[in-house]
Amino acid sequence: MVAQINKSFGNHHVLRDVSLAVSKGEFFTLLGPSGCGKTTLLRLIAGLELPDSGSIFLGGQDVTTVPANKRQVNTVFQSYALFPHLNVLENIAFGLKARKVDPVTIKHKVDRMLETLRLSDLSKRFPSQISGGQKQRVALARALVNEPNVLLLDEPMSALDPHLRTQVQAELLELHRQIDTTFIMVTHDQGEAMFMGGHLAVMRDGQMVQMGTPREVYSRPKNKFVAEFLWGANILLATRDGDRMMTTLGPLKTDDQVSWSQGHLAIRPELIVLEDELARPKDNLVRAKVIQAIYRGASVELLLDPGPVKVVTSPRFNPQPGETVSLFIPSADLVALEGQAA
Amino acid sequence: MRTWPQAVVAYLSLVLLYLPALAVAIFSVNKARFGLNWKGFSWMWYQKLLENEAIIEATLNSLILAVVSTIIATVIGTALALGLERAPWPKSCLRLFDAIVNIPVAVPDIIMAVALVLAFSLLRNLSGIFDMGLGAMIIGHVTFQISFVTMVVRGRLASLNPQTREAAWDLFASRFYNFRRVTLPLITPGILAGAMLAFTLSLDDFIISFFIHGPESVTLPIYIFASLKRGLTPETNALSTVMLLATVLLALLAERITRKL
Repeated sequence: MVAQINKSFGNHHVLRDVSLAVSKGEFFTLLGPSGCGKTTLLRLIAGLELPDSGSIFLGGQDVTTVPANKRQVNTVFQSYALFPHLNVLENIAFGLKARKVDPVTIKHKVDRMLETLRLSDLSKRFPSQISGGQKQRVALARALVNEPNVLLLDEPMSALDPHLRTQVQAELLELHRQIDTTFIMVTHDQGEAMFMGGHLAVMRDGQMVQMGTPREVYSRPKNKFVAEFLWGANILLATRDGDRMMTTLGPLKTDDQVSWSQGHLAIRPELIVLEDELARPKDNLVRAKVIQAIYRGASVELLLDPGPVKVVTSPRFNPQPGETVSLFIPSADLVALEGQAA
Repeated sequence: MRTWPQAVVAYLSLVLLYLPALAVAIFSVNKARFGLNWKGFSWMWYQKLLENEAIIEATLNSLILAVVSTIIATVIGTALALGLERAPWPKSCLRLFDAIVNIPVAVPDIIMAVALVLAFSLLRNLSGIFDMGLGAMIIGHVTFQISFVTMVVRGRLASLNPQTREAAWDLFASRFYNFRRVTLPLITPGILAGAMLAFTLSLDDFIISFFIHGPESVTLPIYIFASLKRGLTPETNALSTVMLLATVLLALLAERITRKL
């Protein structure tokens, strides 16, 4: 759908040869830290920016140079950008009115949209008179009432209270299930990207780093960047010695193919198995000293030396700082990251 | 913390500010023809105002001048504000434009007036509109009003969420539709406030009008100045009070409009 896109602002190369395919009706998520170019990519798809090179296709048609007001794509902006001088009803009807749809059809469609998004009671209110969550629903309704081929969502949850986010995420998924519009959402919140399902793409510095289902990407991060971004912990520098990887924790084995002589291994904090006693005299069993133990209620988080290695485990373990524990690192879960380390 | 010393200072400043105006208002309802003695309350000077043809004419001139110049200045000033705020000017260019637009606000009126006299005497060879009189005065007033309108409208434009315009574009609005349905309604309070300011400035202006007025285009401030030569009359006081009230009313109205939205 998006092919070989390049975009620069001045000397700043925002997107480098970005290609992306999103299938019809999918919920696709663009994930990356701020400044990685994901919002620019979204704006290019919306038609709000022109690419320096490359093409954008929509349902097989090249729309690269079609301006935003002629594209069957609508956007939910990060700030919602509701029209402050129009009430909820007029905001939602804006797109249809601009296209000179006949008033009867407009009324019918807007009413249905108000109902779908539970906004009927607010139709006469102005944006300054409704809450953040309601504004977001108006922004959604204003875009969806036009029945776009693609709905773009630019960090739609960022302006919402954390406790409201989970609820809105679920509602958004449910809404997507009801209609067959393609959703493309931009977010920097990896938890949100996982939750939304569909496919996701991780971006960094204007490039696509990894694409796949949440499970694929989360369980098998491709390189150090993705592992750090998604997990935030447990990336070990390792030197290869035959099929053994020498790390600060000791020799470890991985089921992955290893292409480097020195590189990085990663293991998710919750997949490390804490052994109370040395009951498993096997490979990949290492000993480490507890530096910090944080009781999180549903889990216990341990920070261990050497490493530092993070372990998330069941709260029935209660190791104290200074205590030495044994860790089993399943070779199937130890991911060999791409890239030779310096 | 005690607040009464601050209150005293505040009230004192207010009294100082409005005492002269209050004096004018009080003497405008004084029966005495001459001097500053209180001879009892009377509306007679206001009645006299309505019977004075010269004053009626000056009022009409002032209103025509203010209305016409305000309309012209508001249209040009708004267009200028849009051009400065929306076009992709380079930074250095914009700084220069800023200076050009803001200078008339800072330049003393008297210099502005002398400059206009000079410019008009040169331009008079081209067209009769630059002859001393209402036409020239309208042009003169527009030259300083534009800056004020532009400043107010630009402030309003800069405070808009830029994504609002993008949202309209994304929602199938053409450039014109976007301007008419989104930008214009959103900056209307700014345009009205700017126009109101321009109108009051024109109504109050004496210096510039004085330098370029003709025999047929005496405005209220010029009339008052001329009548002062014959000494302060209660009629002048009454006229000044009416003008003061009109200005205050306009200022309050402008304030309300800017505060709305």
